Amino acid sequence: MYEGPVQDLITELGRLPGVGPKSAQRLAFHLLSAEPEDARRLARAILEAKERVRFCRRCFNVSEREECRICRDARRDAHVLCVVEEPRDLQAIEKTAEFRGRYHVLGGAISPIDGVGPERLHIRELLARLDAEDITEVVLATNPNIEGEATASFLARQLKAIGVPVSRIASGLPVGGDLEYADEVTLGRAFAGRRTL
Amino acid sequence: MPLERLELVDYRSFRHVRLDLGAGAHVLVGPNAQGKTNLLEAVHVLGTGSSHRVAGEGPLVRSGARAAIVRAVCVLADERRLTVELELRPGDRSRARVDGQPRRARDAIGLVRSVLFAPEDVSLVRGDPADRRRFLDDLLGQRRPSYLVARQEYERALRQRNALLRHAGRDGPTEATLAAWTETLVRAGAPLLAARVAAVHALSGPAADAYRELVTDGGSAGARLGLTYQLSTGRAVPGRVGAGVPEPVSLGDELRAGLAAAAGDERQRGMTLAGPHRDELRLDIGGLPARGYASHGETWSLALALRLGCLAVLSEVGEEPVVLLDDVFAELDETRRARLARRCGDYEQVLVTAAVDEDVPLRGRRHEVRRDAAPHGAAEPGAGSRKATEA
Repeated sequence: MYEGPVQDLITELGRLPGVGPKSAQRLAFHLLSAEPEDARRLARAILEAKERVRFCRRCFNVSEREECRICRDARRDAHVLCVVEEPRDLQAIEKTAEFRGRYHVLGGAISPIDGVGPERLHIRELLARLDAEDITEVVLATNPNIEGEATASFLARQLKAIGVPVSRIASGLPVGGDLEYADEVTLGRAFAGRRTL
Repeated sequence: MPLERLELVDYRSFRHVRLDLGAGAHVLVGPNAQGKTNLLEAVHVLGTGSSHRVAGEGPLVRSGARAAIVRAVCVLADERRLTVELELRPGDRSRARVDGQPRRARDAIGLVRSVLFAPEDVSLVRGDPADRRRFLDDLLGQRRPSYLVARQEYERALRQRNALLRHAGRDGPTEATLAAWTETLVRAGAPLLAARVAAVHALSGPAADAYRELVTDGGSAGARLGLTYQLSTGRAVPGRVGAGVPEPVSLGDELRAGLAAAAGDERQRGMTLAGPHRDELRLDIGGLPARGYASHGETWSLALALRLGCLAVLSEVGEEPVVLLDDVFAELDETRRARLARRCGDYEQVLVTAAVDEDVPLRGRRHEVRRDAAPHGAAEPGAGSRKATEA
């Protein structure tokens, strides 16, 4: 145990995902030896992100304004909607530059073990968008694991009942892998080869 | 793919042991508790990633050591040498090297193929259906590692669907959510069903041949070993030679119908009542169920025949596995010993353990396994290989 502020810093850093006690210590001492301005910049970035970033009211992507950059972009195809689990999945797809439509972020996947049912996801909002916007195709890009498949299956049934054409990104993806880990080339190919459900 | 050399470091009771082998039969002889089985176990761990005796890696590492190393050099069909090294580190990720190059452990496991028969295998006949399901899954996983991924996916889907049925509360899960998980379970389960039925078809011929050869001299009708895959939905699929792989889509439809029929019970009991996790591999001899009818000797012969059948199924794709027979000869009568020895003559390489050399009527090299207190501590039983003698 260190004294006072040093230990506080180590404890706080250790609460971050993927940071163990040893990494927390290394990060803390790195920050202590850094220029005061560097530390201030980091602190400011954290606070600003926390205060200014919110979720897009339309698609639930992270955003600085009421609506995110992609929803505001008039060049994007407003008729095609890609459904993903998390904002980071959206980023993974954006990097492939293969998709020119807009997104809808569910905020997770259906997982009974974790007590997550469809009502905990932004599915109601998705159905409302289909009602309000002129959407002619929905691409389901939930993760290619069991929970993602079940969520896609759930959505496909609901969307088909409304009469919207639905497709699922083809799995050229590693089985059981998360979308965000898929390399960009594979993901691009998966998108090109999406299939209708 | 005969092993040319097997080397263990800090594996179970061994500090360091090196065994020089080669094609043909090798008999590891020595009193009990000298580590004969550990040698076979180590070869099997290279092939499957886990021990047939214990769960986890902890017990495989010599007490006081941090990691155990299993290293094998084998000769491939095209005469090339393949060196596979697996470092088991309890509580940490296993490491591996193939021909000296670092690899992920899961990419190295299975390169050295083997089929092990051990005393524990009587549970294939006497044990629960789960033991026989695992037998089929292990065989399929050794044939194609992607099968193990598919099985994990199915188990995950099963746990999720069970959680949904169990925690549904008074109102029960909504129809739509349950339907989504039913569909996911069916899609994950259908490939498993197809693969298992295909394995039973492929196994039925070789296993029946091996059994007939072990217990009779001719083709007596009473000794006919039959394998049947019993689906949880009610249909029984008898193993047929050359029947091939069934259509996963229709097996999926069958499972979907079975789940629909069990819907009421499932909600009441809070669990999934149909699927590969409730199927059974039925074994019968001359039309009678082996479980309950087979004598001690028949049970041993049947379990052995199933393992020898696996050898044929695995040999269909890729290198012929090394045959590992742990303490089997002592359990068989003299005629059956002779028949097993004859069959062993057909294999590329077979490693046999025995407490008493005379029990094994097998031509081949003898290796004496001892736990001598060598200067460095434990054993150097590999030295015994230099005492190779002909039976």
